[in-house]
Parts: sequence; structure tokens; C-alpha cells
Amino acid sequence: MLVLLKFVVLLLALGSGQARQPHVVVEDAEPVFEPSKFGSLWPLPQKLKSTQDAFKLTSFRIVDAKDSSAGPSCNILQNAYRRYYEYMFGAGQKQGVFKLRRSGPSDLTGLQVWITSADSECDGYPSVKSDESCESLPFLIVICLETFSQLVYEDEYGKSVNATIITDFPRFKHRGILLDTSRHFLPIKVILANLETMAMNKFNVFHWHIVDDQSFPYLSRTFPQLSQQGSYHPYTHVYTPADVKMVIEFARLRGIRVVPEFDTPGHTQSWGKGQPDLLTPCYSGPKPSGAFGPVNPILNTTYDFMTQFFKEISTVFPDGYVHLGGDEVDFTCWKSNPDIQRFMDAQGFGQDYSKLESFYIQKLLDIVTTTKKGYMIWQEVFDNGVKLKPDTVVHVWIGGGSNEEMGKVTAAGYTTILSAPWYLDYISYAQDWQKYYKVEPLNFNGTEKQKALVIGGEACLWGEYVDATNLTPRLWPRASAVGERLWSSKDVTDINDAFNRLSAHRCRMVERGIPAEPLFSSYCQREYKGI
Amino acid sequence: MSAVSSGQQTRPMYYLLLLMILQLGLHTAEGVWPLPQTLISSTERFPLSPQAFYFGYGRQSAAQQGCSVLDEAFKRYFSLIFPDYTSAYGILRFSTDKPFTVEVSVDRADCDGYPDENSSERYNMSVFAGRASLKAETVWGALRGLETLSQLVYQDDFGSYFVNKTDIEDFPRFQFRGILLDTSRHYLPVQAILKTLDAMAYSKFNVFHWHIVDDPSFPYQSRTFPMLSSKGAFHPMTHIYTQSDVRRVISYARMRGIRVLPEFDSPGHTKSWGQGQPDLLTPCYKGGIPSGTFGPVNPALPSTYQFMAALFKEVSSVFPDSYIHLGGDEVDFSCWKSNPYVRAFMQKMGFGSDFTKLEAFYMEKIVNITSALNKTSIVWQDVFDYHERIPKDTVLHIWKGTPASYHDELSRMTKAGMRVVLAAPWYINHISYGQDWRNYYTVQPLNFSGTEEQKKLVIGGEVCMWGEYVDATNLTPRLWPRASAAAERLWSDEKQTSNVDKAFPRLQDFRCKLVRRGIQAEPLYVGHCKQEYQGV
Repeated sequence: MLVLLKFVVLLLALGSGQARQPHVVVEDAEPVFEPSKFGSLWPLPQKLKSTQDAFKLTSFRIVDAKDSSAGPSCNILQNAYRRYYEYMFGAGQKQGVFKLRRSGPSDLTGLQVWITSADSECDGYPSVKSDESCESLPFLIVICLETFSQLVYEDEYGKSVNATIITDFPRFKHRGILLDTSRHFLPIKVILANLETMAMNKFNVFHWHIVDDQSFPYLSRTFPQLSQQGSYHPYTHVYTPADVKMVIEFARLRGIRVVPEFDTPGHTQSWGKGQPDLLTPCYSGPKPSGAFGPVNPILNTTYDFMTQFFKEISTVFPDGYVHLGGDEVDFTCWKSNPDIQRFMDAQGFGQDYSKLESFYIQKLLDIVTTTKKGYMIWQEVFDNGVKLKPDTVVHVWIGGGSNEEMGKVTAAGYTTILSAPWYLDYISYAQDWQKYYKVEPLNFNGTEKQKALVIGGEACLWGEYVDATNLTPRLWPRASAVGERLWSSKDVTDINDAFNRLSAHRCRMVERGIPAEPLFSSYCQREYKGI
Repeated sequence: MSAVSSGQQTRPMYYLLLLMILQLGLHTAEGVWPLPQTLISSTERFPLSPQAFYFGYGRQSAAQQGCSVLDEAFKRYFSLIFPDYTSAYGILRFSTDKPFTVEVSVDRADCDGYPDENSSERYNMSVFAGRASLKAETVWGALRGLETLSQLVYQDDFGSYFVNKTDIEDFPRFQFRGILLDTSRHYLPVQAILKTLDAMAYSKFNVFHWHIVDDPSFPYQSRTFPMLSSKGAFHPMTHIYTQSDVRRVISYARMRGIRVLPEFDSPGHTKSWGQGQPDLLTPCYKGGIPSGTFGPVNPALPSTYQFMAALFKEVSSVFPDSYIHLGGDEVDFSCWKSNPYVRAFMQKMGFGSDFTKLEAFYMEKIVNITSALNKTSIVWQDVFDYHERIPKDTVLHIWKGTPASYHDELSRMTKAGMRVVLAAPWYINHISYGQDWRNYYTVQPLNFSGTEEQKKLVIGGEVCMWGEYVDATNLTPRLWPRASAAAERLWSDEKQTSNVDKAFPRLQDFRCKLVRRGIQAEPLYVGHCKQEYQGV
């Protein structure tokens, strides 16, 4: 299967004419940052050869190439063309009015997108197996369009692009952002804006930590009481099936997978409100205290519920993976409950509650396996020795010793993704993006084979202190630092060059309407207007 | 809460029962931020209807209709009190509601003036059936009362508006309650400044300290020296404050009872000035020749003082406030030391090699310039720390140090008879994980050793949002509601507001009010607002 985005070739073909000198003049009002020789490209492509030959974009169009197998009915491409046209030229520009000006040899009038595979797969979903190089799957053309849009620069004569050859592909396949919609409800608008920004930074997985202790905003068709009782508000603070569909489609059009997380058996306080008997009643002495603990692992009804629930989830979310959580299970409630103790004795678990946890997870994994989904789990599940399917993705999140953990997980033959160094909800004064940038995910002791099992990483923005009011500026451009680490070649580590490119990239995000916060004292040509 | 609102599956009887429980337990009027000095409220409540709600002037009031500050405020506060109200509302249901009138009386009709350092913000308010009476000495006090009133009104789950029977006597603990914004490290569009002024009024702040220029850029477009911004701004057309921008900010602030205190910081922090004003900055030397870089303002040239006199003459006419902030912080002496002409000047003046004397010489001349313009100077603490001769009416601004060290500084300064503004504990640009508003809340500004007379010299405090990492994209959520914590410390009685855990639910409630009013104030912790922020 070969799909080509032909813009590179096209630029070269036009490269013979007399080109205007690119306009890079440093005014005496010294800008705080120096322009990078890589312009504003972010994340940096794997291979890049650019020249000083500049082409002016005149009556510019993005079109399907003549022989492309994808045509006007390919909504991924058509939507992407429009989106990037607007980013490059603004939405309001009238076309075809100034046709009088003949296009000269140094003008570039079009970008042809050529899908050469017989099946253009325009209706598919991105998956973990998708190859995202610019010469690959059709719905990931959007990634290459992003790169093209980043090559376009503006001077007083208009928009231009320099002749450039790019060969690009991601270093890691899984480049995720976790948003937490339980601690605070995030309006759909915020989620969509961040999917849009993820695309600008070539992230490809939206890890939707959709429910947790604090609230259950997911409106389940099978168990509507879960959100009816467990959300902050049953009408204004829920995600309806239509909302979820919209998020998934919006993501698909941008080459982004949506991996939902339904974390159990801990982190489930909100589940208990709409599903009686799901949680373990805690005891104080001989009597129930009225409080509840983790999911009750000794009742058959629990597993009946989970079977039906995950059957729904597997149809609602098309991605091949579901995140099952499994972190931070507090055993005190289980310990207090006499029924649980009897069950432990009957099973021969003694006093080892991690065995009970494993028992639960094991059954859950079997349930999810029947839905034909793969699963991701937080590292504790692996640590506790639960038997996992070989394609399980182990999510390493505990800071301090995460390198050792990566070594252990991969030595056991499991694929893994890294989040421990990228908990972006932890804020501090000044340029902490540098800290995220300097992380090397493969910096652990292990064989080449082990390292190949690291399929990527995720920046996590947990929601204790984050909602619609501050999410976007807190996430961007700090997450962009993670984006480049996961996309670009291992040797892209020049922090000064990164600063210069990222400063420009952040201004581009601002110009596109995303309130990405500044790196340091400086300015953008067009400041944020959405006040 | 969710159980109550899930009407779909709840039987009507049950529903009513719950509603009654809610009505009983619910609102006492403690939801006012910052907390009024005296507030007595009962659970007796009166329904309010936007169709039958009126603002009016009391018969005894010195100000009557036509008073710009209050007429405008009535319009603003009507929308703030009834956030759901649209004009269509009235067409749908013909109102038979009982009217409710807010009667405002002020002793002085200072409707066209500016708030100043002595303006009274005291007000009394009583809410009865069908009527609220708001009395204040000045229109500025009336504004504070209107803000309080807007926070007393609440909606039940069905959207009906109520206010409880309430009696309030209120006045600020400190006269000076400021917010500093820095428009040099990042340019803040005028819209961002105006929005901040709105939010300031909601927290009863009354001074906008405009740190308008600094090293990185000079966005103030001067009438007298237009080259300053055309060379020194980030961009000479798009990243400047024109004279009309400045007037707009000042008048917007005035309408909200907020003073605009401009800062033109010198002799340090002036790199951007040098680009449009040749010979203003000191040329630094390296190995006997000028190195091409520049240091602080050159204090050895008479032309410097001519320039400053002309600039401050302009500034004093553009900004009506009686204070001008002259900066005076963080002066680096190395460039002065390197320059042979500056050294020669030192010899001539008999300063020896004590460069603090040179700085003192400079600051004294600048202070004299502003004194001659009938303005009160306010300067950063460095000026007090390094020099002895400061006119007694200068206000000192503390920005450095731990609680122990700023308390010492407060002692020393007030002992010397100087008035002081405290900013050190409220450098809100410094962020960290968790609920740092608690630190801002628990500050005790007067907990230093000194007489009652000394304590009276602490005229207030200021929240500083320096701009290294802040621009229009993140200013608002970083500022609010963290600054509101300081606002209560500066307005309310310290004894009544010493418990930070008791403040928590009230501040959470207030932050949702801010969000409802379109201010993207960030959350304190997990939870939700009835209406979440609708932007991105």
C-alpha cells in the first residue's frame, strides 16, 4: 500500500525558476528569540532538506491529484484541505478576484494530494498499527498537511514557502494526551479545541479519562443511572452518546484515536451512586459504616454488570484498545468487610489483598477480551502479577523508578507507554517545558528488543485543579515539548533551537485561536484575541 | 443536588418535599466576597423579578439621575444581578410581580471626579421587603455596595431570583488595594486590561498599578517622545498603547472606582527606553572603549533630567491619579562602574566609590520632578534601603523577602514615618501545584512590631502579576481567583476572616460567580460550577 502526498515533489519541480530571496530581516528591535534554521517546524521532521528558493503562494489550492484514489467523497481529506487552507490563508479571503496577475515561475499555485493505494480507506479509523509516515495511510495525510502549513511563512508580499524535501515519520506510535473529565467536567468545546491542538502537535491518541471517583459524566445507554446519579449534574454535566460520537469523529478526521478509560476497581466512588451493590460496603466494627470502597470483587452481579457495560463501551468506542485503569486500589475497605474476608479464606488468598485485586482484574480482562478489544492498564496491574494478554499495553506512571519499571515491563515482553515524567498537572514557576523536553523514554537498561516494546508516551493533565477556564493554556505549549520528544528523532535535543522553534510554534497556535501560554518574555505578531 | 434536579423520574410529591428542605437550609447571605465588616442576614427571603426591579436615587442623595458613575453602574449591575435576563423575558410573561427598588443615596456628588487616595468607600445597606437602601459618603462607596448587593442575590434551581433580608455596614480595612499588571514583558491587549478591571471591581480592588514599560518593551505611546514606542515597543503599530487606549483604560477604571497608577520605572529596567531616546542610557565600557551595550539611565548628564522632566510632565497630565510610581528597583551598578564619565561625575560630586549615592542622587532628582508636578511619588523598597534622603510624603512599596524580613522592613519604614504598600507576599506570578491561594489568604500585614501609629502607615497591599510567563492567553485564570484571596485580606476584618477552611466554600462560590460573569477564574479544587466557562 503506497500513498503519496506529492507536495514535496511539486515544490522541487517548480524550483527551477528565479526565486525571491527569503525575507528574514532581523530588525534592530531585537526579538528575544533567534529564528531557527528550521523555521517554526514543530515537531521537527525526521529528515529535512530546505533551500533558500522561495515560492510565493498564488491563487493557492489544495487538490486531489488526477490519479488519486481518493476523491471529493473522502471527507477526511476534504475537511483537512479546508482546515489547512483556512489556517494558511484565513477563512475570509475571497478567491479568484485578482486573477489578473499571472502566476510567474516563482509562484506556487497548488498542492496535489495523491493517494495511490487502490483503497483510500477514507472511512476508517486510525489504529495503533497505522503507519504515519507522510508516504502512507490516507487519513494521516492530515499530519503531512500540518507540516506543509508550518513551512508557509508570511512577509509583506504575502505567503511563501521555500523549496523543501521532507521525509517524515514518528519515532513512537503512541503519542497521547490524557484529559480528566471527572474531577472537573470539560465542555465538549474544550475537548474539541484540544483535539485540534493535538493535531497541530502531531499527537495521535486522546486518552479520555472519562470517569473517576468525583463524577461519572459518561451517559451509558445500558446503565443511564450511572450518570443520572453519578455526574455533577445529570443534564448539564454529562457526555451524551451524540457528544461522544462527535468527539470520536472530530478526532478521526485529525488522525487521532480515542482511547476511553474506565478505571476499576478503585477510583469508582461515582459509579456506586447509580449502581447499587457495585461497590464494597466498608465496615466499622461489625456494622457497615455507610461508606463504600472499591468495586466489590466477590459478587457475581459485579461481573454481570461489567460484561454488559464493557459490551456497550466496545461498540461506542471504535478504537482497538480500552484503558482499564487498575491503579491505586485501597485495601482498607476490603479488609473491613467480613464477607470479603470469608471469600479470601475460601479462595486461599490469606491476607494478601493484591491477590484479590488480581482475581478481579483477571476476570475483568477476560470479559474485555470477549469484546475483541485490546487493553491498556496502569502499571500496578503488571506489578501485582496479573496474567496479561501478550498485546496488553502497560502504562508506566509512577515517578521515581520509572526507568526500572520500563526495564521490568519490557523484560517481561509487554509493550509499554511512558507517562511518569509527563504529569503536566504539576505546575511550577518558569520554563518547565524544558524538563519534559529533556526526557529520553528509552533511557533504561534493556536490550534493543526491549526498547522496541516502548510504543510511546502520554502527557497527563489530571483534573484536580483544571477545568475549562485554565486547561488550554496550562496544556499548551507544555505538551508540545512532549510531542516533539515522541515524534522527532532521538538526537533532536538542542534546547536553544527547540526554544526558538517552539516560541514560533506557540505563536502559530495563538494565531489559530488556541490560547497557548508564552514560554518567556516576548510577543507574537498577532496576540491572542479571544478575551 | 443531582437527586433533586433529576425531575424526570421523581414523583411530584417527593420533589416538592425536597424543594422545601432546600428552601429552608439554603441561603444565608454569607456568599459575599470579600466579607463585609458587619453583616446580619436572616433566612427571610424576597423574590426578585427583573421586570419589577428598579434602581433609584434617594431623595436626600447629593447625586441624582445624570450621575455618570452611578447611572452606568445601574446598567452593569442589573445584568450582573439577573444574568439570565434577556429582553424577550418580559414579552413572554406579563409581570404581576411586586416591585423591588434599590434606593441609592450618597453624601457627595463626585460623579465626574476620580477616586483618590482619600476617597471613602464606606457604605451601609439594608435589604427589606420590596426595597433595599444603600447609603454611602461617595459614589465609590455606592459602587462597592452595589457589588455586594449583586452577590447577595441568588437563583434557586428553577432560576427564580431571591435576596434575603440583610443589614450590612461595610468599609475597607486598607485604603490601597492594588493589582499590578506588567505590559512590558508581554503586551496585553486593551481588552485584557479592561477585563481585569471588571474582575477587580468584583473583588473590590481599587488600584490598577500599570507597570507599563520595562526592559523588554516600551508600549506607551508618548505624545512628547513618540520614538520611545516606535523604537522600543515590540511592534510600533500593533503592540502599543495609544493616548486614546490609555484614556479608555482610565475612564473604564474610574467607572468602577479604580485608580490607575502608572509606573515608569527608572533608572534600571529601562533597556527599551534607550532605543528611542539616544544618550538616555549609560554606555557600558569594556577595556577602555564602549562595549556597545547599555546600562541604567545615565545620571551624569543634564539632558537626562530635561528628558525626565518633559516625560513626567506628560505622564502627570495623562494620568489623573495623584500618585506616580517611579520604580527605582534592582539597579545594576556594573555598567556605571565601567563608564569613565560616570566615574568622573562621582568624583566631582564627592560620592567616592559608593554607587548607592549616585542612585540616591538620581532618585532624588526624579522625585523632585514629580513633586513639582504635585504628584505623590511611590517607589520600590530599594530606594528606602539604600538612601537616607527621601521626602516624607513618598510611599514605599515592599516587594522582597520572607514574612520575617518584610515584617522587619515594615517596622523600619513605618518607624521612619513613611507610608507603605505591601506586595512581597502576593507575587502571584509565582505558581505552584495545589491551593496556593491559602498562602495569600493567611498573610498578616500588620503582624510586625510597631506602635498603632506605625500600623496606620501601612496603607495597603498589592497583588503583582509580573509578565515573564503571562500574556493574554493565561492572564485571567492565573490571576483569579488567587488574587481574590488577597482582596479579602485587604478589605475584610482579619479576625472574622482568619480561618482559611471557612473561607474555602465561600471562595469556591465566588469563583463560580466570576465564571458566570465571563471571567475565566480557575478552580480551587475538584468540583463544578452550575454554569461552566463557555470559552476554550
